[in-house]
Amino acid sequence: MTASDAHVAIDAIWRIESARLIAGLARMVRDVGLAEDLAQDALVIALERWPESGVPDNPGAWLMATAKHRAIDRLRRNTRLEDKQHELARAFGLQMALAASDLEAALDDDIGDDLLRLIFTTCHPMLSTEARVALTLRLLGGLATTEIARAFLIPESTVAQRIVRAKRTLAGARVPFEVPSRGELAARLSSVLEVIYLVFNEGYSATAGDDWMRPGLCDEALRLGRILAELVPKEPEVHGLVALMEIQASRSGARTGVSGEPVLLLDQDRSRWDLLLIGRGLKALDRAEELGGRALGPYGLQAGIAACHARARTAAETNWPRIAALYAALAQIAPSPVVELNRAVAIAMTFGPGAGLELVDALASEPSLKAYHLLPSVRGDLLEKLGRLDEARAEFERAASLTHNERERELLLKRSRAGAITSR
Amino acid sequence: MRYMMFMYPGVPTEADWAPSADDVAAMTRYNEELTRAGVLLALDGLHPASEGARVSVAGGKRVVTDGPFAEAKELVGGYWIIQVKSKQEAVEWASRCPLGPDDFIEVRRVYEMSDFPADVQEAAGELSSQPPEQTVAQ
Repeated sequence: MTASDAHVAIDAIWRIESARLIAGLARMVRDVGLAEDLAQDALVIALERWPESGVPDNPGAWLMATAKHRAIDRLRRNTRLEDKQHELARAFGLQMALAASDLEAALDDDIGDDLLRLIFTTCHPMLSTEARVALTLRLLGGLATTEIARAFLIPESTVAQRIVRAKRTLAGARVPFEVPSRGELAARLSSVLEVIYLVFNEGYSATAGDDWMRPGLCDEALRLGRILAELVPKEPEVHGLVALMEIQASRSGARTGVSGEPVLLLDQDRSRWDLLLIGRGLKALDRAEELGGRALGPYGLQAGIAACHARARTAAETNWPRIAALYAALAQIAPSPVVELNRAVAIAMTFGPGAGLELVDALASEPSLKAYHLLPSVRGDLLEKLGRLDEARAEFERAASLTHNERERELLLKRSRAGAITSR
Repeated sequence: MRYMMFMYPGVPTEADWAPSADDVAAMTRYNEELTRAGVLLALDGLHPASEGARVSVAGGKRVVTDGPFAEAKELVGGYWIIQVKSKQEAVEWASRCPLGPDDFIEVRRVYEMSDFPADVQEAAGELSSQPPEQTVAQ
């Protein structure tokens, strides 16, 4: 095996094994930072040895055994330096735990529990959102710091710092490595879902010409979501989030035109939507609805809206009344001006542009939408439909001045010019 | 990227294909592993090719040949579709499949629209402005 073959193989194995490895080690050493260091040590040893010895038959078990040896070595080294009696007792306890864990490792359930503990730890609410995202992608996604930096368009040192600080914060606060109790579960789970959806959206907002790591974030988020859905199969919101991401991802091939320009949902060539992902999304939504009954959470409701579009064979066949009802339900449990703006669009599609415009105008003084380009963009669209073309043109121009996306700006300016021509 | 893993059972004839309960359990465990890892998108097992048919064209005419076919080897028995980051990751997953002595798996990357040059993408767009019926699933 050549060194480069071995490196490619080790990359793939690391992607498959690293989360389980780190999770298992974290249970033993009760510190995710130390667990990752040990896993990294094992990786370095594999990179040294596998090019010559070849990849072992069970690479996951090999990495785990190697990491455990490193754990014991480190503890022995520490006992020489620090309080011997205390450390010896700890080392003895650890060795017992390591021996016992060989038996436990045979049980898949335990691996699942460890992974779940790890997800709840990396998404702990005491960490900042950025720290949670970086730590989760690193420890659960198996991404290298440079990959995370490229994906989020930030310097590598920033990512490295966030990860180091996050580990320190967790260790300093002695955050227990455990699945939260029933009472805490809902709040802690929503922190996990938030992180996954944030990663997905970061990838979804990537544009043509971006580094491939950016759209790759959608795949990472989907993978994490699917893993989580297997770990906590009875939580409707997890299935709701997976459904939402599967259906949104199904449109990724249709969201941009040949030269990279954005194509709006209703103008998309629906034959380019990915039927496999739509099918998976609708199935996940079914599970969310079965488990959650009538009370869908915010992700389930958004997935329901996405599903309305996915089920419509043409834009004209969209079930707008249902979308308007789902947005109304969403506004009840997670009210926000953006939800209200979307509801206005659905109302306009159901009852006509005038009804939608009333709702949009009610949002005009909303401070959080002041710099939000979609407000004037939607208003311009409704005004155009009402034949108020001069006002529409002004709104499109305003929207163009607010967007940060170059392609979108072009699209908006085109609409503004088209309005100018028709109004003559 | 998306990969398809084709399973080729290494049996002399399809009639010999009779997995034991242990074989089935091992395969089920493997499928669950793929699911739990979040990489599995779809999978299916296929009825024997002897119950299928082949359609070809000879001298401009359509020819239908019912199974069984002469060479029983190299007949697809089933497939998985997985979402992975590299070919090596697909190979790694294939090598974890509980294979019999003469079984093999072929790993192939699935084309995505973005793999085609712009003119092909445009042509494909013109051909299909209407989606297939399945979009209205349920």
